[in-house]
Amino acid sequence: MATFFGEVLSEFSRAVDDDEEDQEENEEDEQIRRELEEKREVHLHWSSEVTELLQSGNKLQCSDFILAVGHNAARFLSVYALASSNWEAVGHASLWNERSRAVTGPTSEESACVFHRHKETPSVLICQVICYVAEDQLFQWTEKVFDCLQHRELNVTVLSDGSVADYKTANYPCTSSAPFLRSLHTDAFRGQPVSPSLEQPNIITGLPAAVLNHCQVHGIATVVYQCYSDVIGPDSVSMETYKPALTKLRKSIQLDSSRSTDVLRKFVKTTDIQSNLYI
Amino acid sequence: MFIPVENSLCSFKGFTLVMPAVAVGNVGQLAVDLIVSTLNMKRVGYVHTDCLIPMAGNNPYTICRDDAEELHTPAEVYTAPELKLAVLQIRAPIIQTKFKKFRQLIVSWIKSSGFSRTVILSSSHAYQRDDQQLKGMPLRYLVTPSLLKVSEDALKSLGWREMERVPAFPGMTDTNAEPRLCIPGGGFTKGLYSDSCSEDLPLAVLLLFCSEGDNIPDAFTLVNHLNDWLHLLDSPSQEANKWKIPPSWSLLFGSGIPPALF
Repeated sequence: MATFFGEVLSEFSRAVDDDEEDQEENEEDEQIRRELEEKREVHLHWSSEVTELLQSGNKLQCSDFILAVGHNAARFLSVYALASSNWEAVGHASLWNERSRAVTGPTSEESACVFHRHKETPSVLICQVICYVAEDQLFQWTEKVFDCLQHRELNVTVLSDGSVADYKTANYPCTSSAPFLRSLHTDAFRGQPVSPSLEQPNIITGLPAAVLNHCQVHGIATVVYQCYSDVIGPDSVSMETYKPALTKLRKSIQLDSSRSTDVLRKFVKTTDIQSNLYI
Repeated sequence: MFIPVENSLCSFKGFTLVMPAVAVGNVGQLAVDLIVSTLNMKRVGYVHTDCLIPMAGNNPYTICRDDAEELHTPAEVYTAPELKLAVLQIRAPIIQTKFKKFRQLIVSWIKSSGFSRTVILSSSHAYQRDDQQLKGMPLRYLVTPSLLKVSEDALKSLGWREMERVPAFPGMTDTNAEPRLCIPGGGFTKGLYSDSCSEDLPLAVLLLFCSEGDNIPDAFTLVNHLNDWLHLLDSPSQEANKWKIPPSWSLLFGSGIPPALF
């Protein structure tokens, strides 16, 4: 639905649309449908080295895959991990949907979903996703990415931004409690998550859910840390909330925990004026 | 598409499958929740498909701390072997362009698993009832010819009403159009029923006319009717409070009220 200010919000309704009558699809309809499906396909673009590896029938060696979904999670990783020179970009994913902004050059598309690999420990992979992945693209994104990774002894950590408005609790969450972390993990996950488990009746959706579904079904050790924040848009306090999640990761990643909050604040852009009538 | 849980030997041959349609009020899904929760059914597998919107959460049927942190996915299969009952729970909407594909997957899974019969729990918009449908019980049933052969007597003795066919163009008397089946708000119910007729599958639909709102009473009504037929619970259906509400039903209408509001 469109709001008064022209934002497009996805509204979920329990009322369901009827299944469409099985209409006779003529060739033109089918072609249009196929073209639309192709336009919405998720494409992975790897570096030449990785492409060669995958084309020869091998998979990317991966022991730790860290996925950041959302601006706060992505910025947090940019500051605490990727700021050092030990990482190289090895690929990106591109996709188009109704929320994709008009791409003015290849850089906007490339930066929306990037894969980085640690130079010294190439089995450690980071991916930052700041674009919107539509409901019909989530499964595809997950399958295509995990198809490139070897699954044995793979550990997946997902950092995901969320809104405290979506968090249900009997005691209404007071503003001082946000931002906070809640975790969900697959059966294959061993060890202790660094935050309390997501309580009933809360659920998560989107890319973190798609990853959890895939990993649960395929027996991959995975933990998702959802950060519930009361601020719309990136903010340094929410970014810092992710710190405990990374302490569990291998020391070889050499996270720079000496980074101060000031550095995080530098990454925070002012929110778009058109979406905030009241400054 | 069906992926069994590790170390679970599951053969569904001869089992009855109960599954919901994602329909108005989510009544079918709520009813299935009651069945799984009350009968303490065990999860035996996942239906892993690109047709459903992904979601994940902890165990919605948790009874103690030990099983609380168990991840659950949008579509899972549970069984109660002593009752030869299997249940497919669907927790997410079907992606708009994938209805047909999902129906095909379900039909082929039903066939390959060897279920003796399938029951779809569903619902339909109460506001679109015609004059006939406004009278009497809001429950309706449908049954494929294949299942009618074996269950005709049982269904007759229950006194249920079959879902009426409605005119294709209501109000227009001057047409030769045959009355047809119409289940507004029923999601894939009609499609799956038609597919099952074509594929000669023994399948029944049990649906309730309802509106969006607090659909918990509707879920109880539907599951009690199902119990009248399948006798899942020992006790008679009059004792409605025998169905156990799962913890996932808490806060259905949102969090507690913010004190700052007053």
